[in-house]
Amino acid sequence: MNYFQLFQLPAQFEVDLTELGTRYLELQKQFHPDKFAAASERDRLLAVQQAANINDAYHSLKQPLLRAEHMLALRGVRLNQEQRSFTDTAFLMQQMELRELLADIPHSKQPHDLVDDADQQIRQQKKLLLNELSEKLAHNTPHHDLAAADTVRKLKFFFKLQDELELIEQQLHD
Amino acid sequence: MAYSDKVIDHYENPRNVGSFAKDDPTIATGMVGAPACGDVMKLQIKVSEDGVIEDAKFKTYGCGSAIASSSLVTEWVKGKTLDEAAQIKNTDIAAELALPPVKIHCSILAEDAIKAAIADYKQRHGG
Repeated sequence: MNYFQLFQLPAQFEVDLTELGTRYLELQKQFHPDKFAAASERDRLLAVQQAANINDAYHSLKQPLLRAEHMLALRGVRLNQEQRSFTDTAFLMQQMELRELLADIPHSKQPHDLVDDADQQIRQQKKLLLNELSEKLAHNTPHHDLAAADTVRKLKFFFKLQDELELIEQQLHD
Repeated sequence: MAYSDKVIDHYENPRNVGSFAKDDPTIATGMVGAPACGDVMKLQIKVSEDGVIEDAKFKTYGCGSAIASSSLVTEWVKGKTLDEAAQIKNTDIAAELALPPVKIHCSILAEDAIKAAIADYKQRHGG
């Protein structure tokens, strides 16, 4: 299913989140179970199914990574549930260093300075990669789509790092 | 989810954690990662002139199963030739550690890490 079509939005990486939210509410209203209380069982089931699709679509279009994965899937590049290892050595070395930085935080005398440092690095890298992703997806060629898939993989590492950093930060406050 | 005793053992007492000097010509490094869970694994081997793995070290950021898989592989490769080490299968790792289906990718990561280290060695030594 093409989530962009469902929400009548242009199939591009930049999405107007306000518009997305408005469409979501409209569609939700349109397929609300209450509206189908008197309908045939078949129509009721279809409405339930459509309501579920609307929720999935909203969830996917709202988050940049899931949105990119959906765009790529529509173009025949499937990323979800892939079990292939990522092997970009230079990138992984950088990840390792950031992981080491995070691991040092709880033992540091100035843990909050390290948190800020890591946070800044992660945010900066994420921003760069998101710009890169947007640019690659805009080309809409098989070659650029494969490159975009790699950027999505890299971003996943950074989103994970950010989660990890938030956990560490919470533990510092406990 | 419950970890098996073997996973817990490797997780609590990981074997061969650490790093070798990267510029040592007898050392080769394999770096792999799993985007879905953000795991990063570095596996290094020290290879003798006749192509036998004398020592191995690893550093893994990830879940218990990923740490146990890499720890186990460093134990297994010691004393093996490069060709023998290349035969290690993720299914053997998963079976030894009794990994549940959702953690199979951790054993795949460890297999890919040793393969990447062997490829790195062969590339550096023109093989």
